[in-house]
Amino acid sequence: MRFAVPVFPGSNCDVDCAKAVREVLDRPVDLVWHTERNLENFDAIILPGGFSYGDYLRTGALARFSPVMESVAEAAEKGKMILGICNGFQVLLEAGLLPGAMRVNDHLQFRCAIQPLRVENNQLPFTRLYEEGEEIHFPIAHGEGNYYCDPETLKELEEQGRIVFRYSGENPNGSVAGIAGVVNAQGNVLGLMPHPERATHDWMGSADGARLFQSMFRTWEGINGAA
Amino acid sequence: MYKVIITVRLKSSVLDPQGTTVKGSLHSLGYTEVEEVRIGKTMELWLNTTDQVEAGKRVDAMCRRLLANPVIEDYEYRLEEGA
Repeated sequence: MRFAVPVFPGSNCDVDCAKAVREVLDRPVDLVWHTERNLENFDAIILPGGFSYGDYLRTGALARFSPVMESVAEAAEKGKMILGICNGFQVLLEAGLLPGAMRVNDHLQFRCAIQPLRVENNQLPFTRLYEEGEEIHFPIAHGEGNYYCDPETLKELEEQGRIVFRYSGENPNGSVAGIAGVVNAQGNVLGLMPHPERATHDWMGSADGARLFQSMFRTWEGINGAA
Repeated sequence: MYKVIITVRLKSSVLDPQGTTVKGSLHSLGYTEVEEVRIGKTMELWLNTTDQVEAGKRVDAMCRRLLANPVIEDYEYRLEEGA
C-alpha cells in the first residue's frame, strides 16, 4: 500500500503525515509537489495541514485549484481513501469533495490543545479499529475550524452517519453540532480538523491517531490481500 | 478598461464571529446604537476588455468559482467604465 502526501506552498504537516505512515504502518509514502497531475500509482492520499497559499482569500480556496487536486478528485471517484487533515480538510471542503465550509473560530483565537473527541461512526475505512462512542485524544491547532453546513445538509450528515468525529467536552471553535470530522456519502473521503498524525506515540501525549492509519491499512488489505 | 468592485460577505444566515466581536468593542466604546456588524471583504479588479456584458458574465463566474464560497458567502459587484 503506497501513500501520497500532496505538498502545497505553505503546507507544514506534510512531513508529520509521512512519518506517521512510515512509523505506524512501515509502508511507502511519497511527498508529492502540488503541480503533480498523476497519482495513479498511489492507493491512498493524505492532504496535510498547514497554511496553503498563506490561507489567502479563504482557507483552502487557492490550493483547491492546484493541478494535483484533479487527480485527488479522480482518486476519490475511484473509491481510493482520501484523508484531509486540518488545512487538508479545508481544501476538501473548498473542492466540493466534502459538504460545508469553514469559518473562523467563534472566539477568533487560534486554538492549540490536545482535544478529546468522540468516535461517532466506527464502520468506516478510517475508523474500523475504534469503538463506537469511544473517547479519543488528538491535538488540534487551528484558527479556522468552525465548521458550517446548512440545516438540510446537517440532517443528511446525521442520518447517514457521516459525522465521524465530534468534539467531546467544550467545543473548541463553535462548529455546528460539535463536528470535528465528516465523511463523503461513499465513505472514502474523510476530513477532520484534529491531527491524528500528531498522536501516534505515547510520548506525543496520545497514540490514539495510530489506529486511524492502521484502519486505512486494514481496509486496503481487506480489498487487496497482502501488503 | 473596466474597474470592478466586488464585495463578499458572509450570508445573513451565517453567524459572523468577527462582526460579533467588533460589535462588542463598539458597544464598549459607547456606540450602543450599533445593532449588528457584518464584516466582509472588498476586492478591486481591473479588466482589459471593452465588452461590458461579457465582463459582467466573467466576473460573475470568477465570484462563483473562486472569489466567494457560495456555501457561506454572498457577493455583489459593480463595473466602472474607464477607471
